[in-house]
Amino acid sequence: MKVRLLATTTVAALLTAGAAVAQDKELTLCWAAWDPANALVELSKDFEAQSGIKMNFEFVPWPNFADRMLNELNSGGQLCDLLIGDSQWIGGGAENGHYVKLNDFFDANSISMDDFAPATVYAYSTWPKGTPNYYALPAMGDANGWFYRKDWFARPEIQADFKAKYGRDLAEPKTQKELLEIAQFFQGRDIDGKKVYGASIFTERGSEGITMGATGALYAWGFKYENTPGKYDMEGAVNSPAAVEALEFYKELYKTGTPPGYDNAYMEQSLDAFKSGQVAMAMNWFAFFPGLYADPTTGGDKIDFFVNPAQNVAASTLGGQGISVVSYTDNMDGALEYVKWFANPEVQKKWWSMGGYSCHKAVLDDPNFVNTAPFAGDFLEAMGGVQDFWQEPAYASLLLAMQERIHNFVVADQGTAQEALDGLIADWTEVFEDEGKL
Amino acid sequence: MTDTPITRLARATPPNVAARVRGLSDRTIAWLFVAPTIFLLLAINIFPLIWTIRLSFTNFAANKPNAEVKWVGLRNYERILTDDGIWANMQNTAHFLIWTIALQVVIGFALAWLINRKFKGNDLLTTLIVIPMMLSPAVVGNFWTFLYQPQIGLFNYAVEFFTGTPANSFSMLGSVTLAPWAIIIVDTWMWTPFVMLICLAGLRSIPDYIYEAAEIDRASKWRQFWTITVPMVLPFLMLAVLFRGIENFKMFDLVVQLTGGGPGNETLLASIDLKREAFEKWRTGYSSAYAIILFVTVFGLASIYVKALNKVKER
Repeated sequence: MKVRLLATTTVAALLTAGAAVAQDKELTLCWAAWDPANALVELSKDFEAQSGIKMNFEFVPWPNFADRMLNELNSGGQLCDLLIGDSQWIGGGAENGHYVKLNDFFDANSISMDDFAPATVYAYSTWPKGTPNYYALPAMGDANGWFYRKDWFARPEIQADFKAKYGRDLAEPKTQKELLEIAQFFQGRDIDGKKVYGASIFTERGSEGITMGATGALYAWGFKYENTPGKYDMEGAVNSPAAVEALEFYKELYKTGTPPGYDNAYMEQSLDAFKSGQVAMAMNWFAFFPGLYADPTTGGDKIDFFVNPAQNVAASTLGGQGISVVSYTDNMDGALEYVKWFANPEVQKKWWSMGGYSCHKAVLDDPNFVNTAPFAGDFLEAMGGVQDFWQEPAYASLLLAMQERIHNFVVADQGTAQEALDGLIADWTEVFEDEGKL
Repeated sequence: MTDTPITRLARATPPNVAARVRGLSDRTIAWLFVAPTIFLLLAINIFPLIWTIRLSFTNFAANKPNAEVKWVGLRNYERILTDDGIWANMQNTAHFLIWTIALQVVIGFALAWLINRKFKGNDLLTTLIVIPMMLSPAVVGNFWTFLYQPQIGLFNYAVEFFTGTPANSFSMLGSVTLAPWAIIIVDTWMWTPFVMLICLAGLRSIPDYIYEAAEIDRASKWRQFWTITVPMVLPFLMLAVLFRGIENFKMFDLVVQLTGGGPGNETLLASIDLKREAFEKWRTGYSSAYAIILFVTVFGLASIYVKALNKVKER
């Protein structure tokens, strides 16, 4: 009996030890399920070969990404050792202790934030914003941009029609109002026997879609969240006359230049509308541009890209993410080793070559960078003027309020733009009061 | 002891269970059997309910475990009950609830009445009709978004075919006037078979001799329907209404998949709003109060309804 007990205990101990060793040799990286994530899987094979650590991946579709990952963080879950989380999560990640502060690690391993594009460091890594407190390494630069059917734009009869109507050549729009004219020009037009439409834009209600789309117009008109950064004084900034005009513009674009039924559209629907030949233009994140260019039906010489057009200012809605180490990991050393490996300039160059948007200056400052892809120059231009949504710990409440107000006005025809933005200030004020910041 | 039939019977009777289990009483053994269930009930239902009631009086936020939790008294309840948005969501929920139940009862009963006839292919038809309720709500929501698509959706083409309204001239899910009806149509399509099955059980429980007696008394079919069929199926029908009412009061998956609560807030039902408050905004205290209000509402309405149901059964 004693022998059997001893044997059982020994086997159990060995199994436990084996599991612990195996755990040390594995890492789980969490991100959204999209094209760049697939590129990262490929890229990470180099890390596996170099470190001997097996990489596991947990990719969640975008509509559920925030829900799934924030639940994981808030419950102190150990699913993710590394998380490529949205830029807006940085405040909550830092203040609620979900993300590891990386300053000491960066110092000890000679990783300098000066080696990354300043806009990306500000957006993806710092909390409080702009302070040298780093909770992530810029991993995936991104912004909301546009793409269009270059082959349609080039057709002589379409060119002639456009010139006759607007007195100028049909070309990539330089302003938001030009974009609207082009969308309206294509709306309902017959091309190759098929009815096509102007543009596919973000109108989604459930997560962040319509906010990400409408801010493209708002920022271009000069929208600001606060009069004085950090003071939460929103009156006159959020509901300025320019902001009202921008929101009215976005509604007009939706009503007069988009395909029917695109009332709850986000990334996927935008891609579908373009790839199925329904629209002349579409907005989406730069992250999708490599895949769009490679598309056999509508890619290659049929597509071209442009940065979000300016109106009063040149500005684009920020996307993208930084990579953070999750505080609850039981393989901290392995996670930090991955971050160190990922920060290497050579890895960053390979990351860009595989379809990931590196934020490293070794990539972006290369004189040949703009020639590496047809959208590389636009990406650089966009990242020079990106603006992000609130990154406060209460960002989710702030976002849901904006989703509701904007969707109510733009899609559901409720109230005026002025009322929507006034209401938004009231909602945001309540959130900041609850947070003790007002 | 004298050997009487009674004593022989007593000797033949085995000792009670308690005596065989180390002297435990029957009552103790009964408790032992029931205890796991009671423990699970307390752990899974009662404790969370009490905990939720407690949280509803605080400003607790589950995403801020280190933040100080303050007692706010009835403030959460006051904010909810004076919030126009929440009342609008309640109205959306009531609209959805009333129309889905009304349509499902009428169509479900009619289908059951027709299916109850004897005809060839009866069983196959019944199986085909109940298929929608066997599908996952997420799947149903997903494929109805395609059916409602203005450019490629079959629903819009059917409307065009029957009414002449161009298919791409209206969006069932994008229009503030049509979207509330779009979700009602889908729920009715999916759950009418459930009501039909319950009604069918009711119809088949009516003995034939009652109808035969009515025939002898020369009662018309119409009179038989109103004096025999309807009263005898009514308890079943009321049960179906109770089930569907409770289910649709907490409707979430189907509507999220179809509209996400939009356009605007036109299809934002109370349960969807509650989920956003609890797990997207992380206002745990506030959402606990919201949940308690919904619970009391459903519990109250269901209790009144069950009393009415019992009265109908007694008749």
